Amino acid sequence: MNEPVKTRRVSIWRGEGETGQFETYDVPAYDNQTVLDVVSHIQHYIDPSLSYRFACRVGMCGSCAMMVNGEPRWTCRTHVNKVAGQDVLEIAPLRNLPVIKDLATNMDPFFDKWVKAEAVHHSSASRDEEMMVVLPDDAERKKADAGIECINCAVCYAACDTVAGNADYLGPAALQRAWTLYNDARDAGKQTILEAVSGAGGCHNCHAQGGCSHYCPNELNPMQAIAGLKQATTRAMLKGKL
Amino acid sequence: MLTLRLYMLQRITALLMAPLVLGHIGVMIYAVQGGLSAAEILGRTQGSVFWFSFYGLFVLAVSVHAAIGLRTILHEVTGLSGRLLMFFTWGTALGLSVLGMRAILAVTFLTRGVS
Repeated sequence: MNEPVKTRRVSIWRGEGETGQFETYDVPAYDNQTVLDVVSHIQHYIDPSLSYRFACRVGMCGSCAMMVNGEPRWTCRTHVNKVAGQDVLEIAPLRNLPVIKDLATNMDPFFDKWVKAEAVHHSSASRDEEMMVVLPDDAERKKADAGIECINCAVCYAACDTVAGNADYLGPAALQRAWTLYNDARDAGKQTILEAVSGAGGCHNCHAQGGCSHYCPNELNPMQAIAGLKQATTRAMLKGKL
Repeated sequence: MLTLRLYMLQRITALLMAPLVLGHIGVMIYAVQGGLSAAEILGRTQGSVFWFSFYGLFVLAVSVHAAIGLRTILHEVTGLSGRLLMFFTWGTALGLSVLGMRAILAVTFLTRGVS
């Protein structure tokens, strides 16, 4: 590791539940330092009581997302130099989710909405039957493939202004997952999915502002998936199926 | 707060309004450029089933469309929901319908105050 040439002043949200405040820490600044490195340094060397969440450190597990200078980021893959303009670095818990302590949010509302959106597999065959052949070039499969690399980090959920204003809104991640399953030949719950995403918190609440697609660290496009659900539900309604 | 039904109603009314807005703008340009007086305009609209239907449909589409849009804004800004939100939606739709239909009737089938 390089010798530190200077320190960087970092503001970190500290507190439990809805109450808290930003506290500042001086952290050694290194080249190629990620935001998660900064948070880990504080917890390891300055204040071990700092709570935050991470696991893989390589952008696979989706557990380290936080608000960095007001924008949702996967902190393990976010270089400080790319986001800390003029040396300002402010790290807060993810938006739109209740805070447990410091930088750790309660992800329950986020995952509960996956279930509400029927973004769960509805099996179409038993283990005794032949495996279904799924061709990668199939048009439906391509639509599903476009969204399956979601790592459940909730960056899109934190970026969504509709979630901020409408607590019932299922959000981009759950709706995108519902869309991938709707296009999955092995899923037997197409009608169930369409019904689940047509309620008061469903896909029709999306204003297509595109925050989800802009901030998705895996460069997925949940807004397009939601548009697909809007189209599919509209067609189903016109056919009298919804 | 938008269900599929409300979403569809808002889209269908938007589809209806697009040609009606163009027609309305066209009528305004024609009336202003041609220098039509109020009496001349009323002379064309009084007793006209066409203009009653044209603007009647317009008013109904606006009432439904605006009520759903305002409902969404109110819910997202203030968090209002449930019955109060339903009353607001219906109140807006009915209020706009009454105001609009009153104006349309005044220039098509009611003659009071027109010389």
